[in-house]
Amino acid sequence: MRFLRQTLTIAAKDLRSEIRTKESLNAAISFAIVILVLFSFAVDPSSEQIKEMSGGLLWLVFAFAGALILNRSFARELSNDCLDALVSSPIPGSALFLGKAVANFVLLMVVEFVSMPIFGILYNMDWMRQPLWLAAVLVMATWGITVIGTMFSALTVNLRMRELMLPTLIYPMMIPALMAAMRLTTLLINGEGIPADDWIWVRLIVGFDIIFTSLAVTLVEVVLVG
Amino acid sequence: MREKILYGVGLIAGLYLVRNLYQILLVLPDEVDQGAIYRILLFHVPAWITCFTAYFLAGAASVMYLIKKNLNYDTFCVAAVEVGLAFTLIGLATGSIWARIIWGIWWTWDARLTWALITCIIYSGYLMLRHAVDDPTARAKNSAVLCIFSYASVIITYKSIDWWRTQHPGAVLSIRTGGGRMDPAMESILFQNAVALLMLAAVMVAVRMRQEETQREVESLRRYAHAAA
Repeated sequence: MRFLRQTLTIAAKDLRSEIRTKESLNAAISFAIVILVLFSFAVDPSSEQIKEMSGGLLWLVFAFAGALILNRSFARELSNDCLDALVSSPIPGSALFLGKAVANFVLLMVVEFVSMPIFGILYNMDWMRQPLWLAAVLVMATWGITVIGTMFSALTVNLRMRELMLPTLIYPMMIPALMAAMRLTTLLINGEGIPADDWIWVRLIVGFDIIFTSLAVTLVEVVLVG
Repeated sequence: MREKILYGVGLIAGLYLVRNLYQILLVLPDEVDQGAIYRILLFHVPAWITCFTAYFLAGAASVMYLIKKNLNYDTFCVAAVEVGLAFTLIGLATGSIWARIIWGIWWTWDARLTWALITCIIYSGYLMLRHAVDDPTARAKNSAVLCIFSYASVIITYKSIDWWRTQHPGAVLSIRTGGGRMDPAMESILFQNAVALLMLAAVMVAVRMRQEETQREVESLRRYAHAAA
């Protein structure tokens, strides 16, 4: 119970400071819209082809915009040595990590909920045909991405070239979740259910979430404290 | 003494490889379906066995580092990953050549191939991370954590032929299929090649560890000199 309260305190702190400054959220949302627009030059937006690519396009947008949010997650604590204060505060590293992960998750979900309708309008897609399943896939894959991203944000916070290292490390690591999310999102946006053959992707995301959340929670103390 | 043993093992591995090469090129007959090109698989599979072994040991060394905080584990880990990466590239290259002959294409985005490439990228990221951290203890700690995460990609690469329908051939070795998928004489040479490559990899890891130890010593002397000045 205490652990949960500590986690939520950290998450609330991050979200509150984000709501007040809006520094990563504004950047991430505008970046997402810019990429959505840019993609219309790469493929013919009115063609049938876009239906086949919709999941891939959306998740690339989320992954790129997400990196902006994740980059700031621990880096924002560097000024005034806030990170040291957080680490020495009487909460376990895992609660600190989960709190930050929850905050990043909420922010990335906001980016996704803003991007989806814009995507629907720009590319003439009716994306609400399977709303429940789509929401489930978004939640599961976004959690996977945030767990990896938050962990690596902690890992790279003190590095030279942090802004370069984080995307280089996280994108290959996120691939299982991204791959599954892209495939499932394409199916769901096109109004199909999930055929028996594609259940492997749902299992992949669930497995990814469980494995990497437990790994990160176990190892984050080492990364933060040493 | 240590060097003599190392070079001795290296020499034995080299001779063993030459002997295997003689067997592969001059003794073994062509395969019924694939013709002469199947011979490259007798290096392709051993290269992957070697790199998976290297990555496994690197992962184990990372866990040991986090428990014991002994920098020697970190030294072993970086050596194993570098050697593993070299064998990953050999595995990708030999596989690609085989695919060009059998499938007519160098590359296909099939689950096994894609994951092998991802593994390669992830472990390159590990080496990049090491270059970005100056402090040896912080470097060892961060890279140990990354190495443990990276091992997931090795497991997925290994299991991808079971989880997805792939263009890459399924399991053929008798330890996975119970036999019958590969001629025993060919399989025996494949394992002998694996032993030779593993010995070679062990020598390379030992040499690389030596370099890493020397580098760490130079770094600490440099810090000492700066402190004294």
